[in-house]
Amino acid sequence: MRIVVLVKPVPDPASGAERLGPDGRLDRAAAPAVVNGNDEYALEAALKLIEEHGGEVTLVSMAPPNAPDTMRKALAMGAQSGVHVTDPALEGSDTLSTARVLAAALEALEFDLVLAGVDTSDGVAGVVPAGVAALRRLPYLSYAAKIEPDPGAATVRVRRISATGFDVLEAPMPALISCTQALGEPRYPSLKGIMAARSRTIETRALGDLGVDGSGVGGGVATTAVVDSTPPEARGATRVVRDAPDDAARQLVDFLAERRLLKGSN
Amino acid sequence: MGGIYVIGEVTPDGHLANISTEVATLARTVAAEGGQDVAGIVVAADPGPAAQELARYLPRVLAVTEPAAADRPWAMVAAERIAHILGNDTREFDFVGSGPDGRDLAGALSALTGWGVLGNAVAASWSDGSPVVEMSVFGGKLTTTSRFTTDAGIVTVRPNVVTATPLDAPGTVEPHENAEGLSQPAVRVVERVSEASAAVPIEEAKVIVAGGRGVGSEDGFGLVEELAEALGGVVGATRAAVDSGWIAYSQQIGQTGKIVKPQLYFALGISGAIQHKVGMQTAGTIVAINRDPDAPIAEFADMIVVGDLFEVGKAVLAELRARSG
Ligand SMILES: Cc1cc2nc3c(=O)[nH]c(=O)nc-3n(C[C@H](O)[C@H](O)[C@H](O)COP(=O)(O)OP(=O)(O)OC[C@H]3O[C@@H](n4cnc5c(N)ncnc54)[C@H](O)[C@@H]3O)c2cc1C
Ligand SMILES: Nc1ncnc2c1ncn2[C@@H]1O[C@H](COP(=O)(O)O)[C@@H](O)[C@H]1O
Repeated sequence: MRIVVLVKPVPDPASGAERLGPDGRLDRAAAPAVVNGNDEYALEAALKLIEEHGGEVTLVSMAPPNAPDTMRKALAMGAQSGVHVTDPALEGSDTLSTARVLAAALEALEFDLVLAGVDTSDGVAGVVPAGVAALRRLPYLSYAAKIEPDPGAATVRVRRISATGFDVLEAPMPALISCTQALGEPRYPSLKGIMAARSRTIETRALGDLGVDGSGVGGGVATTAVVDSTPPEARGATRVVRDAPDDAARQLVDFLAERRLLKGSN
Repeated sequence: MGGIYVIGEVTPDGHLANISTEVATLARTVAAEGGQDVAGIVVAADPGPAAQELARYLPRVLAVTEPAAADRPWAMVAAERIAHILGNDTREFDFVGSGPDGRDLAGALSALTGWGVLGNAVAASWSDGSPVVEMSVFGGKLTTTSRFTTDAGIVTVRPNVVTATPLDAPGTVEPHENAEGLSQPAVRVVERVSEASAAVPIEEAKVIVAGGRGVGSEDGFGLVEELAEALGGVVGATRAAVDSGWIAYSQQIGQTGKIVKPQLYFALGISGAIQHKVGMQTAGTIVAINRDPDAPIAEFADMIVVGDLFEVGKAVLAELRARSG
């Protein structure tokens, strides 16, 4: 099977250093970049699928020039190659541009499945995968907790997490699937993987290479803009209770009662 | 048509999803500020019941019968249909929930219409001819205010940002016929499986009692459940508890789980790691029981009881039961 995984380099949420620049766009220099958390689950799922069915995994990222450093970490987990879409015109892209460019990048690739994360820690929009699927007219199976392709029949079944349990979805391949953590813990790159990743190729593509007209995408035509930002109201001081359980419990319940949080009062 | 549209999300049994009542309430306020028309649109195989429910909140609702929605995932079918009906509008703002269905719909509708998306609104208002949307980003460290640069766009709205308020008198439901075919490829729903899980989706819960690694076992979650029951809430968890198999992933809160905003968040045996914090720190009140006074959660909880979660938790349960008589 040929599987494409859409991976986005994002500022490391654990660094606590994410911030916006003066123009209201993400300041990418402020925090070290990592592969978006959910995309690691997508990649892990892809790697397990090719272990079972054979095949190759290709990463696709639309990201600034330094993205290959981050993409190497994903190659070290076991992906065979990468495509890095980068172009000065893409700076300040919104989710719509991102979907358009990723859709164009997919046109040049052959695949049975495209896997994406359900959302990103820097934007948390969670709208790009559906957009790419709609533009490419790929069957779209989202919020996957389980992926079972049948390469012989060229179909795929997905368990989609629902509000009350899950739905079993089926579609012909090629198809696009958005992936959740329920697919299983991502592996750590092995030393061998890290060595192998050094010699794997990451091809660079500019908009022109994809046949995309630069005037239709990127910051210049962004449909949304951040006009202001403020830190949220600070939480009050923490009340620390160190008394014996019964006494502490009474204080806790009193506190909830004061705030009208007990059953029936909220 | 123009104005503001609320896209009603439909549950598999044909009813209106709860989130849509909140989205409708918010959209109504925004429309009133801007002097705009506001209407709803419901796409379903049998849109009647959900459209009637949405009309309790909006003056006018389009009920679009779409047979394909019966056995296909709702969002892509609805997005294509809505793009047919409303997509030629150049002055229109659509509001939908920010759960899985709402996001899928927003992403597809954006791609099909060329409209932008402002995702995960925690507040919205109207000024200078279009909506202004507040979002909480970087795990709650920053609140941004954004707008569209064009005259049309899609806003996804987080649960629990407003209290759903019906109109004094319900609005009208207008059936809408459509002739155009659907061109997105079909995905078939083979089976819908209900698991014994909380009736209220965790994102919509007003009270969450959450357990972490400190809870220690699946049995340990029994106490968490009893507390949730006594407080009228639902059970949440950290990834550590989910990965240990003590509770379903659907209840996980945090970066790769759900983002929640309950009035009360009660944490037992949870350290408050950044990836967990980003999912719950905008809760109204946060109380914690942790035996480690230096756990990170002590820095952002309103109250922390330092002690063993089983000892203190059982005492809290007894106290709650005593007070409820
Ligand atoms: C990419 C990525 C994504 C992640 N996404 C998420 C996510 O979505 N959600 C999430 O929750 N985590 C997520 N994590 C994991 C996160 O980093 C933490 O590991 C996790 O939140 C810790 O869970 P915990 O608080 O239950 O466990 P711990 O950090 O082990 O804390 C347990 C706490 O319980 C206390 N305790 C133990 N026993 C008792 C007792 N008997 N009485 C009282 N207190 C007790 C301890 O003092 C401690 O503070 C993610 C990590 C990564 C790398
Ligand atoms: N710039 C990008 N490059 C590659 N993949 C992306 C990019 N942006 C979004 N994606 C994919 O789309 C998913 C959801 O992104 P978003 O809608 O931005 O939250 C991510 O988890 C990725 O799989």
